[in-house]
Amino acid sequence: MSADSGRKGGHREAVRRAALAAAFTISGLLLGAGSQGDALAKDSPCLACHSVADAKSASGKSIAVDGAAFDKSVHGGLGLDCTACHSDVSPDKIPHAEKLKPVDCSTCHAEQVKQYAQTVHGLARKGGNTVAATCTDCHGKHDILRAADPASRTNHANLEKTCAGCHGNEQLVRQANLPGGNIASHFHDSIHAKILAGGPRAADAPTCTNCHGTHNIRDITDSASRVNRTHIPETCGGCHQAIYARFSKGQHGKLRNEGNPAAPVCSDCHTAHDIKRHDLPAFQTAVIEQCGNCHAERLSTYRDTFHGQVTKLGYVQVATCASCHSAHDMLPASNPASTISPENRINTCRKCHADMPANFASFNPHPDRHDKANDPLYWYAAKFMDWLLIGVFAFFGVHTVFWLARLWIDKFRPARNNPGSKP
Amino acid sequence: MTTAQAASAATGAPGGGRWYRRFTPAERVLHVLLMLTFVGCALSGLPLIFANRPWAVVLAHLLGGFQSAGAMHRVCAAVMIGVFLIHILLVAARALVTQNLLGVVWGPDSLVPQWQDAKDICNHFKWFIGLGPRPQFDRWTYWEKFDYWAVFWGMAIIGGSGLLLWFPFFFGKLLPGWVFNIAGLVHGEEALLAVGFIFTVHFFNGHLRPGKFPMDTVVFTGRISEHEMKSERAVEYDRLAAGRALAAKEAAPPTTASRLFGWVVGGAALALGIVVILLIVYSVLF
Repeated sequence: MSADSGRKGGHREAVRRAALAAAFTISGLLLGAGSQGDALAKDSPCLACHSVADAKSASGKSIAVDGAAFDKSVHGGLGLDCTACHSDVSPDKIPHAEKLKPVDCSTCHAEQVKQYAQTVHGLARKGGNTVAATCTDCHGKHDILRAADPASRTNHANLEKTCAGCHGNEQLVRQANLPGGNIASHFHDSIHAKILAGGPRAADAPTCTNCHGTHNIRDITDSASRVNRTHIPETCGGCHQAIYARFSKGQHGKLRNEGNPAAPVCSDCHTAHDIKRHDLPAFQTAVIEQCGNCHAERLSTYRDTFHGQVTKLGYVQVATCASCHSAHDMLPASNPASTISPENRINTCRKCHADMPANFASFNPHPDRHDKANDPLYWYAAKFMDWLLIGVFAFFGVHTVFWLARLWIDKFRPARNNPGSKP
Repeated sequence: MTTAQAASAATGAPGGGRWYRRFTPAERVLHVLLMLTFVGCALSGLPLIFANRPWAVVLAHLLGGFQSAGAMHRVCAAVMIGVFLIHILLVAARALVTQNLLGVVWGPDSLVPQWQDAKDICNHFKWFIGLGPRPQFDRWTYWEKFDYWAVFWGMAIIGGSGLLLWFPFFFGKLLPGWVFNIAGLVHGEEALLAVGFIFTVHFFNGHLRPGKFPMDTVVFTGRISEHEMKSERAVEYDRLAAGRALAAKEAAPPTTASRLFGWVVGGAALALGIVVILLIVYSVLF
């Protein structure tokens, strides 16, 4: 929108805007300041027909226009005539044709419309999708307000609702098979949406457009998209600068910068829309599973320990992955700066287990009962216990089954052991 | 002894016949405490082993979270260790008072495995498969001795590893960190063994098998009926009868209170144990 067009708008556009603004300002002055707003719509001959609230076209479609709303709109405020947009209508030939050309916003907003054509919405429209958002779906029609206006659909505080008009509309989500399903409901419970909902930081919290852009909303598979994997750390880092710097220094960030497509980006751990506060147990336990998506063996061995079992039960007062590895700037143990390097490991343990003796550093938080080569004693202990259990249960299993069988046989065939009866 | 007699002994009316003392009051109390603390440790510990199962999450929450479950686990463990130590002291005291150490470590009143136990196992299996008569036992059968020594083994393995895990700061000064890995491993595995064994084999041998079903209250009342003694422990009965020691063992019939206590508290433990074992079997198999 305004910020976007300001950045991306072409020189010609700027000149045209300036000229328009000057022209309207002058005409406004001539008409008399203060009376500018109610000057035009009321006097428009178009409203002779279109101001009737239940006015309908021959096809039954409402043709009503709220003149007052138009006067309050950015276009009304600039004093535009109806014909500025409905260019195929001539005030001299009324009534006009039943079917009019679609309004072409690019007449004035050429740069935005050009950008829009390449967006996921624009491309869907081009591909025949009739419900993909077009200019009016976000901006409105006759009541378009500047984004800075708190009542505007495109105001920062209202965008969540505007996007949710489609992306939170179950019927439309199904009909158009919108990616991610009812995304609005996911976003609505996120930490971003909660801050956005009110309070002193609401204006700083990101809404849909802060990540996705405005007139340049592109599909995540589009490499030019702000939410394409390759750009996500920069998109998030726009606000989370300190985290971005740590992420870039860590192993994940390094791999990503080397172009490794498997390297995780912010959304892999934090999700794209549901993003939760990092100190919530639900997030901390969920993110462990995210680590396991790549580090499956590490997760499995972690789950064999007290730490892993307690977190699996939903409690996070014990170590999660990030407790030892750190959350964003994790480094391999071979790096001396790593929290799990041999030099630093005991201090990492002591973050929770204060005063833990140095001996304790040989504790393995990821013991692997199948890894004889690296941990033979643990392997032998596991094997011993396996065979002890198998042995005891096998012997007493057989013992119990045979005993029970004998007791039942004797119960239902009491003559069998009775010397007095025939065998 | 015919099976018909055994069957009638099973349903045996407690009203008729003589009763003999099998467990001392101290032994009965210790068994109740052992039983309660065992169930307590099992309920508070199993959620960890089966943390990936919804029932474990529910159980952990029912116990007030992992921290209160951990407190319950430690309290039960401490009492259980106390029970074990008191038992050792009582056995030692008996050996001293009676001046009969040999009787504690050998002979029919001893729980130490003996040659006769090996023969009993063979004869029992022979009977199972129809190759011999039902064997009769002395005071302690081989499966009872196994249960008894399993507690010693469990105390060493679970108790030892549990103390290590309970006091890592203290033991961490003496032992390297990898010992705690092994302690964690064997604590859980041995716990599965103990829980799996007690809630299936011990329950079957002691309570659930036809003839005892649904439960035997002898460990709560301390009294065994003459009928049952003759039908299952005829060796002991004949031995005592021959030596005139039988009369000394005769006791009043079990009190209603002790029987009721056995049925309610023992029955609750039995029911809980069966629920737990069903959950474990389900979790292991599916």
